[in-house]
Amino acid sequence: MSGPQRVKFYQTGTFTVGNRLLDVSVRSVQSDRSRNNSLNSGHRACQGCGEALGARYALDAAMRAVNGKLVVANATGCLEVFSTPYPESSWRVAWLHSLFANAAAVGTGMAAAMRVKGRHDVRVIAQGGDGGTVDIGFACLSGMFERNDDVLYICYDNEAYMNTGVQRSSATPAAARTATTPAVGDQPGNVFGQGKNVPLIAMAHGIPYVATASVCDLRDLEYKVEKAMGFHGARYLHVHVPCPLGWGCDTGDTLKVARLAAESGLFPIFEAEYGEITGRRAIRKRVPVDDYLRMQSRFAHLFKGRGDPARVAMIQAIADRNIRRFGLVSEGAPA
Amino acid sequence: MNKPFAITLDVGTSLVNKTGSWRTERPVYVDRLPPCNNACPAGENIQQWLYLAEEGNYEQAWREIVKHNPMPACMGRVCYHPCEDFCNRARLDTAVSIHSVERFLGDLAIRNNWRVKPDAPSTGRHVLVVGAGPSGLSAAYHLARMGHRVTIYEAGPWAGGMMRFGIPKYRLPRDVLDAEIRRITDLGVTIKLNHKVADLDQTMRSEKFDAVFLAVGAHLAKRAYIPAGDAGKILDALQLLRGVEAGDQPLLGRRVLIYGGGNTAMDVARSAKRLGASEAIVVYRRTREKMPAHDFEVREAEEEGVMFKWLSTIKAESEGKFTVEKMKLDDKGKPQPTGEFETMEADSCVLALGQDVDLSFLSRVTGLTITDGVVEVGPDMMTGRRGVFAGGDMVPAERTVTVAIGHGKKAARYIDAFLRDTTYTPASKHEVAKFENLNTWYYTDAPATVQPALDAARRISNFEEVVGGLDESNALFEARRCLSCGNCFECDNCFGVCPDNAVIKLGPGKRFEFNYDYCKGCGMCSTECPCGAIRMEPETI
Repeated sequence: MSGPQRVKFYQTGTFTVGNRLLDVSVRSVQSDRSRNNSLNSGHRACQGCGEALGARYALDAAMRAVNGKLVVANATGCLEVFSTPYPESSWRVAWLHSLFANAAAVGTGMAAAMRVKGRHDVRVIAQGGDGGTVDIGFACLSGMFERNDDVLYICYDNEAYMNTGVQRSSATPAAARTATTPAVGDQPGNVFGQGKNVPLIAMAHGIPYVATASVCDLRDLEYKVEKAMGFHGARYLHVHVPCPLGWGCDTGDTLKVARLAAESGLFPIFEAEYGEITGRRAIRKRVPVDDYLRMQSRFAHLFKGRGDPARVAMIQAIADRNIRRFGLVSEGAPA
Repeated sequence: MNKPFAITLDVGTSLVNKTGSWRTERPVYVDRLPPCNNACPAGENIQQWLYLAEEGNYEQAWREIVKHNPMPACMGRVCYHPCEDFCNRARLDTAVSIHSVERFLGDLAIRNNWRVKPDAPSTGRHVLVVGAGPSGLSAAYHLARMGHRVTIYEAGPWAGGMMRFGIPKYRLPRDVLDAEIRRITDLGVTIKLNHKVADLDQTMRSEKFDAVFLAVGAHLAKRAYIPAGDAGKILDALQLLRGVEAGDQPLLGRRVLIYGGGNTAMDVARSAKRLGASEAIVVYRRTREKMPAHDFEVREAEEEGVMFKWLSTIKAESEGKFTVEKMKLDDKGKPQPTGEFETMEADSCVLALGQDVDLSFLSRVTGLTITDGVVEVGPDMMTGRRGVFAGGDMVPAERTVTVAIGHGKKAARYIDAFLRDTTYTPASKHEVAKFENLNTWYYTDAPATVQPALDAARRISNFEEVVGGLDESNALFEARRCLSCGNCFECDNCFGVCPDNAVIKLGPGKRFEFNYDYCKGCGMCSTECPCGAIRMEPETI
């Protein structure tokens, strides 16, 4: 990966959040005692919420990158509901609630307003969950990309409508059990559809910057947010954020699940500029998809009784294709 | 309207919502005992001095070592480092080369002339230490740091004990040994050489010692009865090693048999090669797997051309011909004679069959219990006689330099309590940090630095030190390979991964605290802690 500085031979490499052996200037935003805590304590996200963590990671990094000159539009969804039951707010950024469908359009408007007011120093982020991004807000998002509006859109992807009770979205993976794709019948769980890879769709708009990231790799995520804030025009960041409640994993295992998604190849982490892939996060310790699936009760039906090896193999094929397609295993790559 | 940038609505903060009430389990910071510390016979806080060395605080790191062990430069060379056998890093790639970092720090201390001072004011009490080997030196050093006056009586012409007479120069150069002994005498310890204690009671009475620590070691070579035509061809290991130390060139001849399978046998075989023997053959009654010598010593001996004859005992000698009986291992792994004999020609044979303690000077001391040739001591290192303590090779324990150093420290603490009329209670130990407690994802893979070893062909021609030291860059690298098992090393993971900002970072060296007002008890901090320093405990209602 071209991004984060690689420091060899330190006790823990750069995989930990902080590293007292590193120079302060190259430490992560999250290791800083005076980080912004953009999403503050007291929010009502479930225990071990990946989205709450991902939002703090991303916005803290953005706040540092633009010296606090940031406004945020937020789509309806978990992130909005758990952070702002009026009159409480967990946000320590200038934050605007919008509808489920139009966060990207509101972001466009905010950017236009700042331009009109001559506030060229103020930057705009629009954010939402996968439902508000890949389904309901998709038209507004595509419009924002096509017009190349000066907005960074961040999607926190937890692979279903979690706030309303775990219903399927078009980001829900094949075979996953949700409230609307129950584990019944001869093809239990979500269908093996065509998939909807919004980062690739964003790239197809040729916008300046598109990247995927995961809460399991903080340094990569921070690097991408900082890099995105260095561009003007439309940018898209897609962050993988496990939901212990909806996925049926232990609340303490959020990052472990996210890590297995990345290390199995199911969630490819890469970045692209103007429609071309420019970097990928190499898999460090490749694992079979089994390891990832078995940790989550939404896939339990794949392993019950004699199991469903055929469909597990189909999921493995998806991971293998990602690895091939995005070049996630590089020969002789440093660990 | 005086509001922050872009804020229009009056809102309250979510900080009023104390989500800590959701919790059913709470994370707590714990300290676990690192396996290296647990295995160290000298009781060093290895993890702590590696931690200091990682940041380049070499002097502080060295001072941490010498809290427990006065001789890091020697120890980094001759200790068999059980710490590394238990190092959790071995399950990831290879164990941290703890001994080489210790040696680096010890050598640096000698080069920079770092000193220690007594930590307590003078007590006016006077302690006699009998024997200036590792155990005696260690006890003397610690007692001196505690403010006591210490005099060591050493029967031989030099201090160092087995470190000088048992360990060849190619493993422990004498200038290093001398420098570390000098540091102890500079602390105020008096060493009287060529002072054999003939009658302990009388010495204690006439010179008014308040306590005594016995550490005379085991210097009597065990013999095997071998009917020999020419007794001059058979000598014992200590005789040989002592002779080499005194500058003699014992006439071993071209072909030398070494009888025994311990570390001393390896030392003798390798010394014999250096003394000009073209063939050094170790004769041992069991197999390589059963051999008590440490593997690296056997390996280095093999590299230097030492040969081995397994499953064999020497029965007799006549005119340079040694009769050897073949052995075989029985069901219990014990060697049994087979009645098959063969003859081996050799110019000499060195017996390396272990050592006994010379206890003659204790014959008139009452109250001591002697079992199997060693002096019994209690958990406080005191013998049956009040005020008389003992340690090192003369008490029942594994006979290594590091065990002896540890005995010296332990005895010093109990002697100090005895002299002050208090009791010394060792701190209780934490549970050992297991590999399973770690989240090893966070550690970078990195194999151990290999210390430069002298080219085998060159090293057998002289007594130069065989294993070289690390330089600063690779010593630092090696120290940084420590996983810090079981103890927070401030990686900020808990602080970073908490979705509720419920971890408070207290600043360098001060670690972290949980904010239980907001901690929901999800357990992410515990799962993601690399070193296993956070435990989830059920919440009490």
